[in-house]
Amino acid sequence: MTDMRTPLGRVRGLGSAKDGTMHFWRQRVTAVANVFLITFFVFLIISLQGADYQTFVATMQNPLISVLMLLVILVGCYHMKLGMQVIIEDYVHSEGMKLMALMGNIFFSSFIALASAVAVLKISFGG
Amino acid sequence: MANADLKANRPLSPHLQVYRLILTMLMSILHRITGAGLYFGTVLVAFWLVAAASGPEYYEFANAVFGSWFGRLVLFGFTWALMHHMLGGLRHFIWDMGRGFKLEAANWMAKATIIGSVSLTILLWIIGYMVR
Ligand code: HEM
Repeated sequence: MTDMRTPLGRVRGLGSAKDGTMHFWRQRVTAVANVFLITFFVFLIISLQGADYQTFVATMQNPLISVLMLLVILVGCYHMKLGMQVIIEDYVHSEGMKLMALMGNIFFSSFIALASAVAVLKISFGG
Repeated sequence: MANADLKANRPLSPHLQVYRLILTMLMSILHRITGAGLYFGTVLVAFWLVAAASGPEYYEFANAVFGSWFGRLVLFGFTWALMHHMLGGLRHFIWDMGRGFKLEAANWMAKATIIGSVSLTILLWIIGYMVR
């Protein structure tokens, strides 16, 4: 679709971080989702404590539970990636260190997200 | 200001250490600390899931780790960090809607956050032990 905005209109509001309020907004969207997802997660953990392997696997194979677990993982990891980025930008000022830390943040968050998601998928598709 | 002398001994504005610590400040920094704690705590979640996906022996091993007294202590702390960060997040939502900035409101919410997070944590653990 043709973008009908003027160059000024396009750049307005983007500020020094070059992504406008997008970061803030995504942090809020994931935070709101997290309230529900983390509540689900906490009750799932409570109900699974002491469960033997069969019970655990059967629970995780429930499609609703595996989908919610994937959401907990992906939304949670995206939220924490956004959050840690702000912490780094606040405290790490030397350009090189900042770049390293920002990259490390992306690597760590992606690794945790994928490792956990693959584990959930493996269990829910039957080991 | 590409050539600004960033390392120069320029005067700095007063920072945290010159202010008396008050509850709202403490809750602000705790939101960040619990966020960062949860960030690294996700390693435990990933460890648990990957172990469970690797078979019954690894699942039992992870359960033994989390079931030990030290494991429980860590999980108790994890629970508190989650509850505290979640309530802190709700407080942010109220501010985002332009409310809760008055002194009494901010102080009330700060108290509610800490009392709420400690109570919720204890309550969840009581429920946890009851349904075992
Ligand atoms: C339980 C529901 C959650 C809610 C309601 C929530 C809410 C929020 C909000 C509103 C912020 C932004 C604070 C600001 O703008 O200053 C934030 C920051 C953050 N969150 Fe969460 N969050 C939740 C769960 C999590 C989880 C599970 C993690 C980690 C695994 C996490 C990690 C972080 C981090 C690292 C920050 C950055 C802290 C800062 O900038 O001071 N959050 N959270």
